[in-house]
Amino acid sequence: MKTIYTTQITQAVRELCIEANHALTPDMDTALKQAVSTEKSPLGKQILNQLQDNLQIADTDKIPICQDTGMAVIFIEIGQEVHFEGGSLEDAINEGVRQGYTDGYLRKSVVKDPLLRENTNDNTPAVIHYELTAGDKVTITVAPKGFGSENMSRVFMLKPADGIEGVKNAILTAVKDAGPNACPPMVVGVGIGGTFEKCALMAKKALTRPISQRSAIPYVKEMEIELLDKINRTGIGPGGLGGTTTALAVNINTYPTHIAGLPVAVNICCHVNRHAVREL
Amino acid sequence: MDQHINAPISNEDATSLRAGDYVYITGTIYTARDAAHLRMDNALDQNEPLPIDLTNNIIYYMGPSPAREGRPIGSAGPTTASRMDKYTPRLLDLGLKGMIGKGKRSDAVKDAIVRNHAVYFAAVGGAGALLSKSIKSSEVIAYDDLGTEAIRRLEVENFPVIVVIDSEGNNLYETAIHAYQQD
Repeated sequence: MKTIYTTQITQAVRELCIEANHALTPDMDTALKQAVSTEKSPLGKQILNQLQDNLQIADTDKIPICQDTGMAVIFIEIGQEVHFEGGSLEDAINEGVRQGYTDGYLRKSVVKDPLLRENTNDNTPAVIHYELTAGDKVTITVAPKGFGSENMSRVFMLKPADGIEGVKNAILTAVKDAGPNACPPMVVGVGIGGTFEKCALMAKKALTRPISQRSAIPYVKEMEIELLDKINRTGIGPGGLGGTTTALAVNINTYPTHIAGLPVAVNICCHVNRHAVREL
Repeated sequence: MDQHINAPISNEDATSLRAGDYVYITGTIYTARDAAHLRMDNALDQNEPLPIDLTNNIIYYMGPSPAREGRPIGSAGPTTASRMDKYTPRLLDLGLKGMIGKGKRSDAVKDAIVRNHAVYFAAVGGAGALLSKSIKSSEVIAYDDLGTEAIRRLEVENFPVIVVIDSEGNNLYETAIHAYQQD
């Protein structure tokens, strides 16, 4: 058994919240830089240049990349040989969010009740997804999710007869409906298969995969490439103001499903596709 | 076309701007988003005065992140405008002349823009650090308890926006997409 103190979890979550909101991962950085040279619309190019300036200022002046510093979505993979000491893991994670959002000058965007809507004033609670894995490591991914793009996300319960064309149409429909609202260029996370909630979770997790990395399943990889091309032909462009850079990547995850179903979830993310990872 | 305008915005400027114009705004603007709009709407229902005079003013749909020491404001980019659509025609009919946000508007908002010779601007979503540099001061003037959703008075200098819906009802989101649509 390996012992991990929950104070280590709090510390890691605190730092990851701040890190994720001030710098993108190298794959996102590279893709946004490349887009400046490939974008055909002059206004689109100007917007992509502004995004470069924005990232620079965020890094230098420690101003969050986007004022919507998100609801903290946390994936925590826990090796089954790990033993926690020092109190509740959930409390430790939320304490990390509280400290990160307060000490890091991040916006508090969470309301206590979806209908009564009183701000919790410390951005807690986080949305936490626990996963048990083999071994003795704990891997924490903090993925703050802005709601401009979250609001444009969809779940489609398709029929098996809809097939691959039905899936592609569903994804394109979600992207076209999102348009300028989702702050393109977007990253499109997709979950296909499983159940209603499983496909949504897969779509969310797909957003944390490096956008330069394609699916290991050959037909899924082909679909990712084809859909990215189709999305970039919609004309939506940077900021939705026209252009050839509407998405930077389509990341698809799949899972076995029921004989009667074909669930598809599309979790849209803006160009501020944030996540920071740490292994303990 | 690049334009420089002052805020509050004159009737002449509001009617002369065209969808697609790149505009730099200098002057005073106000922030309000979901919760502040709901409160203003309720105030109007109760025949109570609004905390701001809407006449020829511009509302920026924005809730900033907290300011670090020595800075007027934190990250300060636009939020999705369509969430304010329900309240917007009423405010336009009361004199509101401009809105800064991002994303699509309803037909009812577009009609109210045309009816009142107003204008809807987009700022670049997700560029809150950059946009904060054009904000020279920020002061909460109403609904302080709403935190980031309070109404703020901002002094801005060359704040960069793009005209999306102009006073004639032209909509850049529709025209620009067609220009780059393939097959």
